[in-house]
Amino acid sequence: MSSSANEAASRASAVSSMGQTIPTDAEVGHPEGVRWGMVVDLDRCTGCQACVVACQAENNIALNEEQRVLERRAKTWIRIERYWEGEFPNAKARFIPVLCQHCGNAPCETVCPVWATYHNNEGLNVQVYNRCIGTRFCANGCPYSVRYFNFWNPEWPEPMNNQLNPDVTVRTKGIIEKCTFCVQRINRVQVTAKTEGREIRSGEVQPACAQSCPTSALVFCDLNDPESAPAQLAEAEAGRSYTLLEHFGTDPGVIYLKKVDPHAEIHEDEHVHAGAHA
Amino acid sequence: MQEPVVADTKTSNRELLDFVFAWPAWFFAVGGALNGLLVAAFVVVILMLMFGLQFLGYSHPVYWGFLIVNFVFWIGVSHAGIMVSAILRLTQAEWRRPVTRAAEVLTIFSLLTAVQFPLIHSGRPWRTMYWTFPYDWNRGAWPNPRSPLVWDPSAIFTYLTSTILFVYVALLPDLALARDRAPNPVSRAIYGVLAMGFRGTTRQWRIQTVAGLLLSAIILPIFVSVHSIVSWDFAVTSVPGWHNTIFAPYFVIGAVHSGVSAVVTVMIVMRYAFGLKRFITRDHIDSLARLLIVVATVWLFFFLLDFFFGLYGTEPAEVDTWQRRLVEPPWVVIAITFIICAYIIPVPMWMFRAIRRNFFWMFVTTILVNVGMWLERYMVVVPALERKSGLTFTYGDYAPSLSEFILVAASFALVILGFLTFSKLLPIMPAADIKEGQILADRIRVGRANVPAAMRE
Repeated sequence: MSSSANEAASRASAVSSMGQTIPTDAEVGHPEGVRWGMVVDLDRCTGCQACVVACQAENNIALNEEQRVLERRAKTWIRIERYWEGEFPNAKARFIPVLCQHCGNAPCETVCPVWATYHNNEGLNVQVYNRCIGTRFCANGCPYSVRYFNFWNPEWPEPMNNQLNPDVTVRTKGIIEKCTFCVQRINRVQVTAKTEGREIRSGEVQPACAQSCPTSALVFCDLNDPESAPAQLAEAEAGRSYTLLEHFGTDPGVIYLKKVDPHAEIHEDEHVHAGAHA
Repeated sequence: MQEPVVADTKTSNRELLDFVFAWPAWFFAVGGALNGLLVAAFVVVILMLMFGLQFLGYSHPVYWGFLIVNFVFWIGVSHAGIMVSAILRLTQAEWRRPVTRAAEVLTIFSLLTAVQFPLIHSGRPWRTMYWTFPYDWNRGAWPNPRSPLVWDPSAIFTYLTSTILFVYVALLPDLALARDRAPNPVSRAIYGVLAMGFRGTTRQWRIQTVAGLLLSAIILPIFVSVHSIVSWDFAVTSVPGWHNTIFAPYFVIGAVHSGVSAVVTVMIVMRYAFGLKRFITRDHIDSLARLLIVVATVWLFFFLLDFFFGLYGTEPAEVDTWQRRLVEPPWVVIAITFIICAYIIPVPMWMFRAIRRNFFWMFVTTILVNVGMWLERYMVVVPALERKSGLTFTYGDYAPSLSEFILVAASFALVILGFLTFSKLLPIMPAADIKEGQILADRIRVGRANVPAAMRE
C-alpha cells in the first residue's frame, strides 16, 4: 500500500517536472536572477594563450595536433584571435580572446531542432551533449563561430588519459561542443555554498580561463550583481566597453573593454572594424 | 492543343506495357552499374557511422557543404512532378498525358533520395526520430518548433505522402490493365491486389477522376511550401548572404526550372530506352520547352533580385558575400559556369522552334540546366559560410572530399535506379490517361461535318 502510494507520488512528481527542463521565455534572463558573464579587458590581454591551454585541460578538449589545425578542425573553446594593425615594420599585433558569448538572444538556440542548446535561467547558453544530433545548424547560426564539431571520438595517448577531468563529459563523435563557462565549477561552488548555508560570494566562481589569466584580462562575474568588481569595472570603463558584433543584436554576456593605445593610428581597417563597434 | 490519335487501343496497350513484361539485357547492365555506385556510397556511409564525419570536407566554420547542396538540388527536382502533373491537369492541357506519370515518379524518387542527405549529413543519424517525429520519446524535450529543421520533415513527408497517393490514384486503371495482361499467375495476383478491384465501372472511373483532381488541387499549396521551407533553412539564420526574404520564391521557381528540365531529360531517355517513339513526340518536348523559357526567365529575375537586394542594402557583410560568390577566384568560375549553363546557353536556344523540336539538343540543354542549377545551390550555400563571421580570423575555405563526390554520384544512381525499377514493375506511361486523350481527340464524320467523337463535360 505504502509502496504503491510512493510510486504514485514519484510518478506525479515526474510528470509535473516533465516539460520543465526547458525554461519558458519568462524564466530566461529575468533581471533579478543570476546572469553569468565575463569582462575581457583587451588592454591587459597579451595574447599568451594561457587561457586556451587551461580550457583545454579543464574541459577535456581533444588534442589539437598539427594536422587538426591545418585542416581547420582544431577545437578551441576559447581562442585568441590575432589581428595585425598597420604595415610592416610598424605592424602591431592585436589580440581578442573569443569564447562563447552566452548571448541573451542567441541565434544558435532557435535553430536547434532538439533543444540540445538552450538558455538556462542563469544566463548560460547550455549545450546538452546527450540531446545533440549533430545537424551543425547552430554552428552556422553562430556569428562568432565558437561552436566546434566532433568529427571523431577523441583519444588521449597513455598516460594523458589520466589527466582527464572527471567533472566534465568526454564528448563523443557527431556532436557540437563549445564553451560552458566551466559550468562544472559553477555547480560545485553552488553546492558548496548551499551546504554551508550561505550565498555565493562575489568572485568565488572562476572558470579555468579566468583563473589562469596572468594579467587578469578575463574576469568572470554575475552581470546582474552591481557589487561585483568586474561589473563595477565595466561600469567605470563604460567609455571603452563594447560587445562583439553588436549589430547582430545577440545581447552577449561577454563584455569587452577596448585597448587603450595613445599611439594608435585611426583608420578604417576592416580587421579593426570587426571588433570596434564601441 | 488536341493531340492526334497515334494508335488504336490494342497497340497502345501492348506498347505501353511492353517494358513491364520484357527483360532487355541493358536493364541488367545499367542496373548493375548503378548498384555498384550505391555500394560505394553505402561503404562511405557505414564508415561515417563508425568513425564520424571525418571523411567529409567539412571544417571550421564551413559545416554544411555538398550533402546539403545535394539535398536542396533533389528537393528542387522533385518539384517537377507536381508542376507538370497537377497544374497541367487542372488547366486541362491535353499534351500533358504521356508526361505526367514520369514526372510524378521522378518526384517520388528524388524526394526519397533528397531526404537521405540531411540524415547522413547529421552527426548522429541514429537519432533521426528525435527531430523528425513530433514526440518527446521520454526525453522531456519535444522537437523545437522554432527550428526550420523541424519544419522540413513535416513539409517533405506531407509532400511525399500526397505525391505517392497522387501517383497511386492515377495508377489504378493501369494496374488493372497490367493485371489483365500479366503473363504469369504470380504477377497477376500482385497486380490484382494493387489494383484494389478496379474493373472500370462508371462509378470507379468517376471516383478515380474526382480523387485525382482533388489531389491536384490539394497538392499545389504543399508544392509551394516545401521548397519555401527548405529555403528557410538558410533564410532564417543570420548568415550574410542567406538572410534574405526573397529566398522562398527564388528557391521555388529555381526548383521548377531544374525539375521541368529534368522531366524533359527523362522523357527523351524514355523515348529511346523504352521504345515510346509513338507516344513521346516532338510536340511534347516543344510544349515543355516553351514552359521552360518562362520559368527560366522568372528564375533569372529572382536571382537578380536576390543579387540587387544584397547590393542595395549596402550591408558590408552582405556585399562581401556577393563579392566572394561572383568575383573571388574559386567561386568566380562556378558563378560563370552556373549562369551560362542555367540560362545563357539554354534559353536563347529554346527560342528556336527547330531546337525545341530536336531531341538531341533538348537533351543537351536540359542536362546543362541541371548542371547549372546544382552549381547555383552550391554557390548559395557554401561561400556565405566561408565568410560568415565578422571576425576575419575564422574565415575558412571548403574543399569537397572524394567521399562527398561518391555520395553525390550515388544520389543520381539512386534516383535513376528507382525510376528504372518503377518502370520495370509498373507502367511508367499512363496508359488509361493516354487512351482517354485519344478518345477525346477522336473525330467522326456526321454527314459532311467532322466532329469530336466524345464531348467533354
